[in-house]
Amino acid sequence: MEHAMPIDFATLKVVWWLLLGVLLTGFAIMDGFDLGAAIMLPFVGRTDAERRVAINTVGPVWEGNQVWLILGGGAIFAAWPALYAASFSGFYLAMLLVLAALILRPVGFKFRSKMPGPTWRSTWDWLLFTGGLVPSLVFGVAMGNLLEGVPFGFDSELRAHYEFGLFDLLNPFALVCGLVSVAMLATHGARYLALKADGLVAARAASLSRWTALAWLVLFAVAGVWLARSGFGLRIASGALSGAAPDPLAKTVLPDPGAWLANYQHWPLARLLPGAGLVAPLVLALVPRARAQVALFLCSAVGVAGVIGTMGVSLFPFLMPSSSEPSSSLTLWDASSSARTLWIMLLATVLFLPIVLAYTTWVYRVLRGRVTAAHVEANPDSTY
Amino acid sequence: MSDSSLLELSRWQFAITALYHFLFVPLTLGLSVLVAIMESVFVMTGRTVWRDMTRFWGTLFGINFAMGVATGITMEFQFGTNWAYYSHYVGDIFGVPLAIEGLMAFFLEATFIGLFFFGWDRLSRVQHLAVAWLVAIGSNLSALWILIANGWMQNPVGAHFNPDTMRMELTSIGEVIFNPVAQSKFVHTVSAGYVTGAMFVLSISAWFILKGRHLEFARRSATVAVSFGLAAALSVVVLGDESGYTANQHQKMKIAAMESMWHTEPAPAPFVVFGVPDVKNRTTHAEVKVPWMLGLIATRSTDQEVQGIYELVAIAHERIVAGIPAYTALRALRADSHNTAARATLEAHASDLGYALLLRRYVADPAMATPAQIDQAAWDTVPSVGWLFWSFRLMVAMGFFFILLFGWGFWLATRRDCDGQRGFLRIALWSLPLPWLAAELGWVVAEHGRQPWAIEGVLPTFLAVSPIPASSVATSLAGFVLFYTTLAVVDVMLLRKYIRLGPKPSAAVGEP
Repeated sequence: MEHAMPIDFATLKVVWWLLLGVLLTGFAIMDGFDLGAAIMLPFVGRTDAERRVAINTVGPVWEGNQVWLILGGGAIFAAWPALYAASFSGFYLAMLLVLAALILRPVGFKFRSKMPGPTWRSTWDWLLFTGGLVPSLVFGVAMGNLLEGVPFGFDSELRAHYEFGLFDLLNPFALVCGLVSVAMLATHGARYLALKADGLVAARAASLSRWTALAWLVLFAVAGVWLARSGFGLRIASGALSGAAPDPLAKTVLPDPGAWLANYQHWPLARLLPGAGLVAPLVLALVPRARAQVALFLCSAVGVAGVIGTMGVSLFPFLMPSSSEPSSSLTLWDASSSARTLWIMLLATVLFLPIVLAYTTWVYRVLRGRVTAAHVEANPDSTY
Repeated sequence: MSDSSLLELSRWQFAITALYHFLFVPLTLGLSVLVAIMESVFVMTGRTVWRDMTRFWGTLFGINFAMGVATGITMEFQFGTNWAYYSHYVGDIFGVPLAIEGLMAFFLEATFIGLFFFGWDRLSRVQHLAVAWLVAIGSNLSALWILIANGWMQNPVGAHFNPDTMRMELTSIGEVIFNPVAQSKFVHTVSAGYVTGAMFVLSISAWFILKGRHLEFARRSATVAVSFGLAAALSVVVLGDESGYTANQHQKMKIAAMESMWHTEPAPAPFVVFGVPDVKNRTTHAEVKVPWMLGLIATRSTDQEVQGIYELVAIAHERIVAGIPAYTALRALRADSHNTAARATLEAHASDLGYALLLRRYVADPAMATPAQIDQAAWDTVPSVGWLFWSFRLMVAMGFFFILLFGWGFWLATRRDCDGQRGFLRIALWSLPLPWLAAELGWVVAEHGRQPWAIEGVLPTFLAVSPIPASSVATSLAGFVLFYTTLAVVDVMLLRKYIRLGPKPSAAVGEP
């Protein structure tokens, strides 16, 4: 299987860039609603029973959803090892914050309702809230920093060095991006709760989602205008041949203010992505008390995909731009693994991802219907 | 803080988070299969006590599983956060099994585990049973891919060094998957998980019987545990022996250090049952030897030698010297990729390049190394003899103890005589922590024995670390210890609570 590679290296890199987008979008849509539901938890549920309704809407599915993140990490490791190495270590303390938050979630879901005390339960509720908020914020902040460029470089043995700490990441533009992410995932989570929860919880989620959608719309627009007026942007001046062996030092990159918008000039169709990122929250903010809950959830999923896609297309072909040593930037031509590894990983993805999607769909079908307070109260053992 | 404190802290963090993770993994592996077996009996016989067993052990499985997932995320991310150069250098190969693990195995277990707990009323009996087995299969497949990744660290097959990208690249995925080290580690590790699951069920059942509670339930659980446990304990020792054999093919230094064997012994080599390794004087005191045994285990022959530490250090010395031209050629190639002479030199000595990298600890350019530095680097290839010697012996002793304990229980179970044997029940109860201890010691042998290499013979650990401030790692290490310990305490507290509550006998189950 590994001797016959019907696709050339450059195409494989592009395919894996698209697959990276698919995985990140899959994560943002699937695990995004878990994170968002956790952010909404203290606001949609006032009593313990109401909070248990909210928790049990995601209870049976969040574990599977979180695998999108694990798989995203694994796929970046395998397909974009240079990106995995530089971004995970460069954003060290931020990544550890995310890890801590993500560790809280499994135990939070599992442990919260296993003890009766109100203090115990409300402590876990706030920990779950934190577990939803921190990753949403940090992922957005990281994206903002990628757009600004991160101060890092490589020596001739491709050993990285960085010139920034945790607090350098928390600059104003990146914080706006972080808030876009929080507002977006909170909306998405609220739409999920409106679809899957019952009674007051669903009603509160639906009405809160209009405000978070408005915040998403405004913040995303602000970030876009800021980006257009900023001096961010890089351009490859020479080197970085699409079919060459990946070596991040084999190119010259120059600053090019405004370059992050250039792709929308080259490919007008790509404007659909930021368009979706704006129209979806607009619809969600305007449509009052709609009956079509599934359609509204899908609308927010499309909006999420639009925002992630905007990120990818704006940076293209860059993956991790360097502000201090632009020529060390990681691009999709020089940060990938070998052609053989990309090919094997592509085969594995083509084989297994449809199977994953098939059984995930089946699981959601089995779990269809709303989670009601009556059901949660009647089944303390088989619910969270 | 200096580079060496960065290295030490990073290693401690990896070791602690990995050992923590492995407190939860073996129980997940074992209990997932035991629960699926119990549910199979329920579906086949329709007797509700088996459903009670499935639910009770399933609840404990779930509490443990959550911690396994929580600590597992750290493992997936930690290569990037703390071992960035490692990730760059071998991600082309090492990332593949990790990604496939997510796609093929972890998605399976994580997606279906929700249905296992929430699907009792929504699925038919057979559907629910299928879900239980899919969770068990997913967990075990997960272990397979992780151990393929780990096996490659011990025996890096199917890969070559590419100077143009400055990293190792995959040449054969088949060799990586069917790596004999990976395969023997997989079966050994999974069997150890089954022993852990069986001991967990046996110990808690023994406690119920000693207290005179839930007797019907506890007897059946104990019977399943001793049968499954005996098979698993036998296989863990037999397959551990297979691990020893494959290790001797690929990591001779690990075997020599485990045995504290400083010099090659005439074939067939004896096994040191007891001794006091003296690293400073490079000797072992008060040895008690069993003739022939090591030779048989490590070489499956009576005429092949098992090499000693001194002899292996001499080989490492030769390889370091042979690797220096490769490193020099690599530097020339990085400056000018068209230098064909340098490319040819590198090709010729590529297999020893990793040994030259050992010198980077002492000198920026290995070509400038003094004979004393080369000597020092050669001795660096000896892992911590004391740790390996004792960890290995304790682990093996426990392995044999498990066979005896489960064998005894199995004999009692066939005579239906568990209840009266309070001695057996007490020993079974107090043996609860031993499988965890054995498993952790096993990892100490495997990974401490891999040192000084991150990838055996390819990349030294000290070069693999992320170039981040040591203070950041100190912060995260402290955070992990505090955070994990708190969670582990909560976890044990919950397990205790649910064990004390005991199984809830369900009313006669109606047709679903």
